[in-house]
Order: sequence, then C-alpha cells, then structure tokens
Amino acid sequence: MRGTWTISQRELLAFFCSPIAYVVLVVFLALNGYFFSFINLTSGEEASLRFLFGRFMPLVLLFIMPMLTMRLMSEEFRQGTIESLMTAPVSDAAVIVGKFLGTLIFYALLLATTLVYVLAVSMFGDPDIGALVAGYIGLLLMGGLYIAVGLFFSTCTSNQIIAVLTSFSVLAVLAVLIDRFASHVEGRLRVVLQHISVGHQFTEFVQGAINLNSVLFFVTSTVFLLFISVKVLESRRWR
Amino acid sequence: MIEVRNLTKWFGPILAVKDISFDVAQGQIVGFLGPNGAGKSTTLRILTGYHPASSGSARVAGFDVFTESMKVRQHVGYLPESTPMYPEMRVREFLKFRAKLKGVPRAEIAKRIEYVSGECWLEEFIDRPIGQLSKGMKQRVGLADALINDPKVLFLDEPTIGLDPTQIRQTRNLIAKLGERHTVMLSSHILSEVEAICSDVIIIARGEVVARGSPSELRAKISESSRLISEIKGQDGEVAAAVKGLAGVRRVESQSTGGWCRLSIDTASGSDIRPLVAKLAADKGWELREIRHEVASLEDFFIKIVAEQGTVHSRQ
Repeated sequence: MRGTWTISQRELLAFFCSPIAYVVLVVFLALNGYFFSFINLTSGEEASLRFLFGRFMPLVLLFIMPMLTMRLMSEEFRQGTIESLMTAPVSDAAVIVGKFLGTLIFYALLLATTLVYVLAVSMFGDPDIGALVAGYIGLLLMGGLYIAVGLFFSTCTSNQIIAVLTSFSVLAVLAVLIDRFASHVEGRLRVVLQHISVGHQFTEFVQGAINLNSVLFFVTSTVFLLFISVKVLESRRWR
Repeated sequence: MIEVRNLTKWFGPILAVKDISFDVAQGQIVGFLGPNGAGKSTTLRILTGYHPASSGSARVAGFDVFTESMKVRQHVGYLPESTPMYPEMRVREFLKFRAKLKGVPRAEIAKRIEYVSGECWLEEFIDRPIGQLSKGMKQRVGLADALINDPKVLFLDEPTIGLDPTQIRQTRNLIAKLGERHTVMLSSHILSEVEAICSDVIIIARGEVVARGSPSELRAKISESSRLISEIKGQDGEVAAAVKGLAGVRRVESQSTGGWCRLSIDTASGSDIRPLVAKLAADKGWELREIRHEVASLEDFFIKIVAEQGTVHSRQ
C-alpha cells in the first residue's frame, strides 16, 4: 500500500522525539537488567533466558506496550492532524499498518537491547541458541499482538488515558487472567481457554518450539485487530 | 474543475449542508463566504474527501469525490482551518513527509520544498521545529504543504484567520498569485478579503447557497436600492412626509434630535435625488446640514442576504 512505509518512518522518528518512549526504554532496561542480573543469571541455574522471557517479559510488556501505543491515533485525533492524514492520497489501511509497523520496529529495537544478556549468558554458559531464537520470535509475535490491541483502542478514542487503560485491561485479561482461570478449570473448557490465552501460546516459544498453531494464533489475531482498527478509522469519516 | 450537485450532509439530526450545487471553472479564485456555522468547512471537507456526503455528488478535477477519492486527493491541496501539524517535526521534515505521502517523486522532493519555501517565505525557519512557530508561520507552512504536490485545485479554509495585517496582505498576494496557475477555492467570513482576491463569490448561510456572482455584481445588486443620509432642521413628521413625496423615494426613516431630523432615505436604483432633497429643503425654508450617498458594500449585501435568506441569483 502506498504511503505505509512513509508513515512507519515518521512514527518511528516520532517515538524518538517523545518523552514517553525514553521513559519506557529506561524502565524496560532497568527492570530487565534487575531481573536478569539477580534472578536469571544465578549460578547453578540453566544458562538460558527462559526465566526472563517466560516469566518476566510478558508482565513487563503488559505495562509498557499500552504506554507506547496510547498516542498512536489518539494524538492525531486531538491535534487535528488526522484531517490532513485522511485527505492525503493514502488509504486508511496504509495509515493503520504504517503505524503498526513503525511501533513494531521500535519494539524490535527495545528487544535488541536484551541481546546483551545473550552475550552475558554465552560467556558464562552454553545456551541453546535455537531456544533463544524461538524465544525472540515468540516475543516479536506477542509484542505485535500487544501493539495491535493498543493501536485498536487508540483508534477508538481521542483520549490517551482511556486508550492506555482499556488496552491494559484487555491485555491483562488475554495474557494473565485467562491463564489463571484456565488452571482452575478442567476438561474441554480448560483446553479452549488455553488456546486463546496468550500466555499459554507464548510458553511454547520459550521452550524452544516454533509451533505453527502458535504462530498462526498471533498472526491471525494481530491481523484481525488491525482490520477492525481500519474499520473504526473508516467509520470516523461518517461521524 | 469543481462540480457540485445537490450536495447534502447530515451529522446525526443536524443538517449541515442542504442541497447545494455550484460550478467552479479552471483558473478561478472563488470565495466561499458565510457566517460561522454556515457549512463552509463541511463542504470543503466533502470536496477533499474527508467526509462522504449524505447525498448528492461532487466532482473535482474530473474525478468523483466519493468513488474516486484517491485520485481527487492526488490533485488537491487542502489547508484545513486548524492548520494541523506535528509540533515535534521540523518544517523541512514535515514538508518532506507530506510530499512523500502525496506521491511527489523522490527525485523532485528537494526541488519542490525549495520552491514552496520560496513562495511561502519559509526560508528563515525551515529548520525549526513546528512547535516553536507562531500562528502566522504555521499558516504559511500549511499553505506550503497544500502546494507541495503542485495540485490543480487548492482548498483553503480561512487562510488568513489569526494573522496580523502584514501577514494577511502577504498571504493575499500569495493567493492571488497562485490563482494564476491553480484553481483556488477559499472560505472566509472576512468580506474585505473575499472582495479583494476573488473573481467569484458564493455566499452560503445555514447550509444553503444564497447568492452567487462576482463581487461587483453582488454590490450592484444591493445598489438597486441605495440610500441617502440627510440632516434637515424641521418638524419630524412634516419633513419625513415631504421627502417621502419626492420621486424615486421608497422609504424614509427619521430620527429627531434637538430639532434636527436625521433622515435615512431608501431610493430606487439609478436615481440620485440629492439635488431634489436640497431643493426641497430650500423651497420649504428648512436648514440642511448634511446630505450624502451611502455606498453599498458587500457587507450590507451579506448581512441583508444572510438575515433574510432570500435567494438572489445574479447569474444562473
């Protein structure tokens, strides 16, 4: 789609001009650093990032992703720049996908800062590279879904606070609550719940397995959310 | 260049634009004039593809605004009323971003930015972040953005709102110059501005087109009924009745203060009855201390037409 990449670039640059992004970056580094140094990198434990990825990251992302995505569309609505964006010869889909990609790239850069931990673990042990790669792929896919959720709620409102709170609530349900609930039930219901629980699907990646089901789960839910975001944006024209 | 047919727009229960139709030929600078809330911005937004109309159709640069929206947007430059911009971007970056969005070929972007920054006098602050600019500067950046893809049609929504007199004059000169190469449709509620730059005026009020014509045509319309102001010393009722009796007088309004009657005389067009009034006063022995012609202005026409919402067609 024409204009998608232009919008991604602008969004990425805008992140670096926004104080929120730097706060997020610092918090992300600090939390990960602490967790990694004092918990993951303990002598006697296995040389991998499994604890970091599996236990910690989903929670960290739960908090920081809504903060990154809250301004994506809400700010455009507030500033009025949505008007010049929607009268430019770019489709609404290009706008949504462009913003999604820009945020995804910023997220990938955030993840890249954890490579230093890979280095650390390799120095002290012999980690399973395959598991690490699978872990990163899982993180990217999961992050993509989180971004799509945040982007959707940002498209629904011009108020950033509402955007951040609703994204957070929905992600909390998807990522944490469904999993907790699933462990309290049995049989069919449990299986169904596990299949829609982000936490459960993500665990596969952390173990080192790149399961087609899990990949599809993330990809299709992300695409679905982007699709309804486009529809919500289109509907704005009629209001 | 612009063809509008029976355009209607509802916002929920509110009818913003009521069955309007008009045409704008290539190369014209058309003023879209109306009080606040008349439907000017809504119409412009429909023509630029932001809102779809509730019914009716419109074509801009030969493309339908609803079914061929992308093509319309490629050939249109739009300056919204609020001149929205990203405060964190520098002017040059912003123009580059907009140029890319609008499909300006990569190789030409730098040249186009040079060109528009010259036209809109952006050179001195082209590398400053937009958040630091004054309203007038932002307006010029917005105009540069509208021009960046060399569009066939320019839609400018209140382009001189909030500017100081020097800037207003500069912007007007710029728009007049642009009219040589582009078709311009600007909306405003500043009558003098529209009179100064536009070759054609469309007056809109409460969602309907109430008048159309060139500024001089519209002024002539109101001059059909022109007015004299006079001050004569005498008995209120007597003076008014006598003046009313003169040929060509339609109506006389009289206010009496300290023995002097201040008369407001509405006459039929074409008749300059000042000599008649003077002679009348002389014949009756009344002192006359003022007599002048009140020149009809577009403002009178505007207020009158908007107030009564009559339809005056000066050409069809």
